Amino acid sequence: MPRIVHKHPLAIRWFHWLNFPILFVMIWSGMLIYWAYDPYKITVGSTVLVSFFPDGFYKWLGLSRQLAKGQSWHFIFQWLFIINGVLYVSYTFLSGEWRLLLPNRHSFREAWLVVLHDLHIRKTAPPQAKYNAAQRIAYSGILFMGIGSALTGYAIYKPTQFSGLTYLMGGYETARLLHFALTIGYVLFFAVHIGQVILAGWANFQSMITGFEKKDELTKA
Amino acid sequence: MSLLKHKPLREELTTDAQIRRRTLKAMLGFGVAGLLPVGVWQWVKQQPTADRVPLVLRNLLNTNEAIANVYFSPTHLAATYPASQAANPPRTNGMEGIRQAVDMANYQITVKQPGRNPLLVSVEELKKLPKHDLVFDFKCVEGWSQIQHWGGAKLADFITHFGLGTRSGKAPSPQNPADFFRYVGLETPDGGYYVGLDMPSALHPQTLLAYEMNGQPITASHGAPVRLIIPVKYGVKNLKRIGLITFADERPRDYWFEQGYDYHLGL
Repeated sequence: MPRIVHKHPLAIRWFHWLNFPILFVMIWSGMLIYWAYDPYKITVGSTVLVSFFPDGFYKWLGLSRQLAKGQSWHFIFQWLFIINGVLYVSYTFLSGEWRLLLPNRHSFREAWLVVLHDLHIRKTAPPQAKYNAAQRIAYSGILFMGIGSALTGYAIYKPTQFSGLTYLMGGYETARLLHFALTIGYVLFFAVHIGQVILAGWANFQSMITGFEKKDELTKA
Repeated sequence: MSLLKHKPLREELTTDAQIRRRTLKAMLGFGVAGLLPVGVWQWVKQQPTADRVPLVLRNLLNTNEAIANVYFSPTHLAATYPASQAANPPRTNGMEGIRQAVDMANYQITVKQPGRNPLLVSVEELKKLPKHDLVFDFKCVEGWSQIQHWGGAKLADFITHFGLGTRSGKAPSPQNPADFFRYVGLETPDGGYYVGLDMPSALHPQTLLAYEMNGQPITASHGAPVRLIIPVKYGVKNLKRIGLITFADERPRDYWFEQGYDYHLGL
């Protein structure tokens, strides 16, 4: 008989999937805001490697000339982003799930072995619990990035009322740059995340919806 | 009795079938939950609009204003800088309401409030109030900011000196905040640009009726002879060339609010 292994509690599944529409609205509305003043680029010497963003990019996605609309959505959906994040962190700590999530003293060494394994350089991966070492670092990292987005967001949302926070975030302009860079970080995370989910296969993906994975009982010799 | 009849059938389900059923149930639930954001999007889209913003978003922006007012304090000040760091000249970003020439020699600001005759204040009278210099990071709603140096009278001093802003008509007093009108409106002489401010922001100690920039009289494109400088708001509220000041309990008209921006725009 097959057995099922409970992997993701219902609460975690909700917090995870709610991020999808919430972050979609936050990133979309954030780009509507960013369009109005878009100075960021990556340069080497005087050569522009990446410009955030070329005019065609805004045109393609229909992001131009909607600053007011962007602010309306962004300043309202921020609450959903913050509430979902606070609930996720609270649940993770109260339920003990944090033990499976946060990196431990082996994680940073093991993460390297996981990367080598995923790149097919190494045959075996280190033994793992729910998440492997690379996942622990990536998922904890994205959590701290979320906190960073909220803090830098408030630093530029109310720089006079929370001038101390704005100062801690490096000042108004630095906080805006960090807020933007963190979002680019999410997009890169998302790309890797999707790739890894595809590689991990359907059963793993399905467990983020059902909460469990089916395992065939090992027949004892 | 149909429940009892079905019970043995349920018990006969194999574990594999149970897994399939649980999987199917979760997948269906996921599909239904996936409709939730689509529903929210559609619901917002079909809302009637209030000043170009879907009503529900407009109401929530007003809730944001109420939340911001919880932590707003006149003791929370915008950071200040040495005058040497100020841009000279500061950036010009809009000419709404100041394109026509006005008579600078006989310039007067009109002040109106319910139950009172209009008051006319000349620039010379304004300059008799204590002058304050302010070097701060001016923040545009577009996202850029610039350190700028402005000088002028505090709007709070102006209101106190001329006994303005109270419903009772008595001298304004911080001890009696309930007597203040809730809003201050400002307009350019031609009425081409206009903003509304909540009274706590208007009375903020860094809110100036500015007549100097970088220690010199304000130039025409920056709103000569007198403009508003209000660091607790985005640049759009820093109206150039003040022609009219009004007091009211209803929100005064606001140029960018009508274009779909938040009314409060507090920093």
